[in-house]
Amino acid sequence: MAENTSTEYILHHLTHNRLHTEGAMANFHLDTFWIALVLGFIFVGIFGLVARKATDGVPGKLQNFVELIVEMVDTHIKDTFHGKSKVIGPLALTIFCWVFLMNAMDFFPVDLFPWIGSLFGINHLRVVPTADVNQTFAMSISVLLYIIGFSIKAKGLGGWIKELFTAPFHAEGTVGKICLLIPNFLFQLIELIAKPISLALRLFGNMYAGELLFILIALLPWWINWVLGTPWAIFHVLVVTLQAYVFMVLTIVYLSMAVEDH
Amino acid sequence: MEFNTSLFGQVITFALLVWFTMKIVWPPLTGMMEKRAQRIAEGLSAADRAKQDLANAEKASAEKLREAKQHASELIAQAEKRANQIIDEAKDKAKVESERLLAGAQAEITQQVEQAKGVLRQQVATLALEGATKILKQEVDAGKHAVLLESIKAEL
Repeated sequence: MAENTSTEYILHHLTHNRLHTEGAMANFHLDTFWIALVLGFIFVGIFGLVARKATDGVPGKLQNFVELIVEMVDTHIKDTFHGKSKVIGPLALTIFCWVFLMNAMDFFPVDLFPWIGSLFGINHLRVVPTADVNQTFAMSISVLLYIIGFSIKAKGLGGWIKELFTAPFHAEGTVGKICLLIPNFLFQLIELIAKPISLALRLFGNMYAGELLFILIALLPWWINWVLGTPWAIFHVLVVTLQAYVFMVLTIVYLSMAVEDH
Repeated sequence: MEFNTSLFGQVITFALLVWFTMKIVWPPLTGMMEKRAQRIAEGLSAADRAKQDLANAEKASAEKLREAKQHASELIAQAEKRANQIIDEAKDKAKVESERLLAGAQAEITQQVEQAKGVLRQQVATLALEGATKILKQEVDAGKHAVLLESIKAEL
C-alpha cells in the first residue's frame, strides 16, 4: 500500500469503490452493492437450505440455530403486531439477518479485504455496507413504504388520508376540525419522515463510528494494537447484534403502529 | 455522507431478499415449527390419555379379578353342596338296598322254615304212621282207618 500519512490512510479507507456516472444522483457504490448482495444471498441460501430440509422431528444443529432466530423474530411479531400479514415476518427476519451479517463485516481486519482487493487491482474497498448511508436509507425508506402500505391496507386509502388530517389532534366542531387539518398533517408528516431517518441514521452512525475507530486503531503500532483493538472488537459484537436487533424491533413496532387506529 | 444511485440498488436488493425470504424461507420454517408444536401437544395429550387408559384398565382388571374370585368360590360352594348331596343319596340308596336284601333273606328263611316244617311234618307223620303201623300191625288196616290216619296227619 502506498499510504504515506495517517490522513491519506483514513481517507483511503473511507472511499467507496464507485462507478462514476453522470446526473442528479451520480456515482454508484460497487463495494456496498456487491458485498450486501453476497451477504444477502448467504443469508437466504442458508435459511432456504434449512427451510427446504426442515423436519418437525428432532432438528439438527444448524436447523436449531435457524429456528432460534426465526422463533425470536416470530415471538416479537406475535407480541407486538396484532394485524395479519404475510410480509412482516419475512421482512423482520431479513432485516435482522442481513443487517447482522453486514455489520459483522466489521470483524474482519480493516486492511484484509482492501489488501486482497488491491491484489486484483481494486484500489478502494469499504467492506461494511451498513456504514454507507445509501444502504441504511435504502432499508429505512423501504420500511417507510411498507408502513404506508400497511396503513392503506388496514384502513383503506380514504381512511389513511383522513387520518393524516384528523389525528393526532381531535376537535369537536366542524370549524375546529378544519383549523386542525394543517397542524395534524404537519405532525403526521414529521412522524412519518422521522421514522426512516432515525432508523437509517442510528444504524449508519453506529457502524460508521465503529469502522472509523477500527481504522484509527489500525494506525497504532502493531505491538500495541491489541490493547485497544481487542476491547473494541468485543464491545462491537454487542453493537453489531444490538443494531440489527433494534432495526428489526423498530420496524415491527412502526408496522404495528401503522395498522392500529389512532 | 453521499447519496447516490446506490440507494436504488440497495432498495432493489432489499426488496429481492424480502421476497426470497417470503417465498422460500419463512413459510416452510414457521409451518414446520407450528407442526412440531402441534405434534408435541398431541404427544402430551396422548400420554395423558394413555395414563387415563392405564388407570381404567387397572380398575377393570381388578374388577374382573374380584368377579372371578367370587365366581370360583361360588363354584366351590356349589360343588361341596353337590358332593354332600351325592353322598347322602348314596347313603339312602345303600340303606334301602340293605333293607330290601334283609327283607328278602328273612322271607327266604321263613319260607325255608315253613318248607322244613312241612318236610318234618311229613316225616313225623310217616314215622308215626310207621310206628303206629308197627304197633298196630294187625289191628289197623290202612284202608279201613284212612280217615283216622289223615286226621292225625293233619294234627301233626
